[in-house]
Amino acid sequence: MKFRELAAVAGMTIVMMGSASAIDITGAGATFPFPLYSKWAEAYKAASGNGLNYQSIGSGGGIRQIKANTVDFGASDMPLKGDDLDKDGLAQFPSAIGAEVPAISVPGIEARQMKLTGPILADIYLGKISKWDDPKIKALNPDLKLPSAGINVVYRSDGSGTTFVWTDYLSRVSDEWKSKVGANTSVSWPIGVGGKGNEGVSATVKQIPNSIGYVEYAYAKQNKLSYALIQNKDGKFPVPEIESFQAAAANADWKSAPGFGIILNNQPGEKAWPVTSATFILMHKKSDKPDRATAALKFFDWAYSNGDKLASDLEYVPLPANVKDQVRAVWKSDIKDTSGKPLF
Amino acid sequence: MAAGSEALSYADRKSGSQVISLTGRNAIFRALCLSSAILVLAVLAGILIAMFIGGWPAFREFGLGFFTGSAWDTQNDQYGAWPAIAGTLSTAVIALIIGVPLSLGIAVFLTQLAPGWVRTPVATAVELLAAVPSIIYGMWGLFVFVPLFARFFQVPVSNLTEGLPIVGTILYSRSPTGLGVATAGIILAFMIVPFIASIARDMLAQIPTVLRESAYGIGCTTWEVVRYVLLPQAGVSIIGAIMLGLGRALGETMAVTFVIGNANRLSSSILDPGSTIASRIANEFNEALGLQMSALIATGCILFLVTFVVLVVARLLVARMKAL
Repeated sequence: MKFRELAAVAGMTIVMMGSASAIDITGAGATFPFPLYSKWAEAYKAASGNGLNYQSIGSGGGIRQIKANTVDFGASDMPLKGDDLDKDGLAQFPSAIGAEVPAISVPGIEARQMKLTGPILADIYLGKISKWDDPKIKALNPDLKLPSAGINVVYRSDGSGTTFVWTDYLSRVSDEWKSKVGANTSVSWPIGVGGKGNEGVSATVKQIPNSIGYVEYAYAKQNKLSYALIQNKDGKFPVPEIESFQAAAANADWKSAPGFGIILNNQPGEKAWPVTSATFILMHKKSDKPDRATAALKFFDWAYSNGDKLASDLEYVPLPANVKDQVRAVWKSDIKDTSGKPLF
Repeated sequence: MAAGSEALSYADRKSGSQVISLTGRNAIFRALCLSSAILVLAVLAGILIAMFIGGWPAFREFGLGFFTGSAWDTQNDQYGAWPAIAGTLSTAVIALIIGVPLSLGIAVFLTQLAPGWVRTPVATAVELLAAVPSIIYGMWGLFVFVPLFARFFQVPVSNLTEGLPIVGTILYSRSPTGLGVATAGIILAFMIVPFIASIARDMLAQIPTVLRESAYGIGCTTWEVVRYVLLPQAGVSIIGAIMLGLGRALGETMAVTFVIGNANRLSSSILDPGSTIASRIANEFNEALGLQMSALIATGCILFLVTFVVLVVARLLVARMKAL
């Protein structure tokens, strides 16, 4: 009898000690950064003993969950606007940067051979340019043998931050796109077929000759999709790679939008890749679970300091050092517990 | 101690059961069955009410226009369910047009024509088809069927029908990608065949041998036996089987999402991309907020009603056939 009681007390102590020292942070949201967060979480667990349980349910879901306060942080590819953040008392900061490329499947044309411009892409997606040998495309690619085939336009059918970034880019380069379609996580596409998820789009582009579809660069690279180059704001055709994505981030004025909510599309700079975007984290400014909020901030602090290599391995772009410092300053000044004590 | 008390209660129950009268046990049995039945109805009503409440903001905002409107504009929060309703109905109708003759052929072959050693393996194979997860049909459709369909059906047919009246509208595709309403209907046909075929086979097998033999005895051909004796006999049950298949075709989500092309536009051609209610919900539910979420739930509510109407019509049809 005595022994049993002792064992039970010992067992409980172990359980309590365990829960006190290791907190499993919970997060939910965007699918785009999911591979990165899981890599970071794995390394962080090994380094600190604290885990992260991240559910990639989509940006909309992430926003809903953090508003409902069921997770420690939400993740979204589409930055929330200033008044939306204030309304729910949320703080927002970027975690990493990614880019998108137009994947194509034109027979005989390899990756990086075809050159396109933003207005041409907008016209293709509006249905105004419907053949690959359109004079406008020919003029940019005099050396390519372009087929006289119809362009099959492919888009993401599920609501997605990827679609937001793509349609935002098209809105910036084409007034007609801006007024007729606009930018959102899902829009009313004038033409084309929809594939579900990155894999749906890439499968459709691969299966159907003469198609064009937008996918994340990491995805295009891993799946060896062929893709076209896009002219940037300075009139150059940079190659999509970490350097050109970083060039897009370097010139940006992060302080210009509340919650760092700027969009890196069509940034100036000779090397800047034109379709680039950050992915964001949302947390409550006044946390009623300060332990968990602190643990989440510690995780991102660790990722900022130690996660750059992991990010580049997965084709994500780490944030510039000065942006990280600005974010850390915001953690100190903005994220507090209910009594107003800073958590970081 | 624990074991002892359990034994005691067991003994109690045993002696107790002898005490409770037959009518008492009957009453308990009746109550249990009744509550099971009521539970199903309660769940059904609960789902319907929950969907109606969830979809209410959309119904209130757009009124009857929600059923007939064809806009689906997340930018300006304008929603109409008609393209999705039309897509749902047309894919299901295509699936039935292809699937029903195929299923009846399989059923008649298995019960009337096939030699004994063929029957069991083929029947098992057909039933196994029913166990294939729908995502596999979707993947197979996208990776294998869609390119073939584009090359050997859509392109030649579009070339043939271009400029013709009516067929030039219904069977013409401006960009023949292989994805579209017709593709979804064909994949759905494959998916409902096992259901209809195995029920129809069971029904045909249950028809008394006497009937069949007498028909052969008076000199009927196999066709005449099937047409005038077997199908009328099994008719009511076969309609039931078809309705079961139709129910699956109306609600199928994953496979359709893969091959229908997911365009929220109304198109007059069955070779063009479209969407169904289920595929639209699968695509957009994750990221939907506010009125869009409500509009999606409202379309779910409409699918519920469409299915309900289909079942009622089927019931009426069966009742009429029985009366004849």
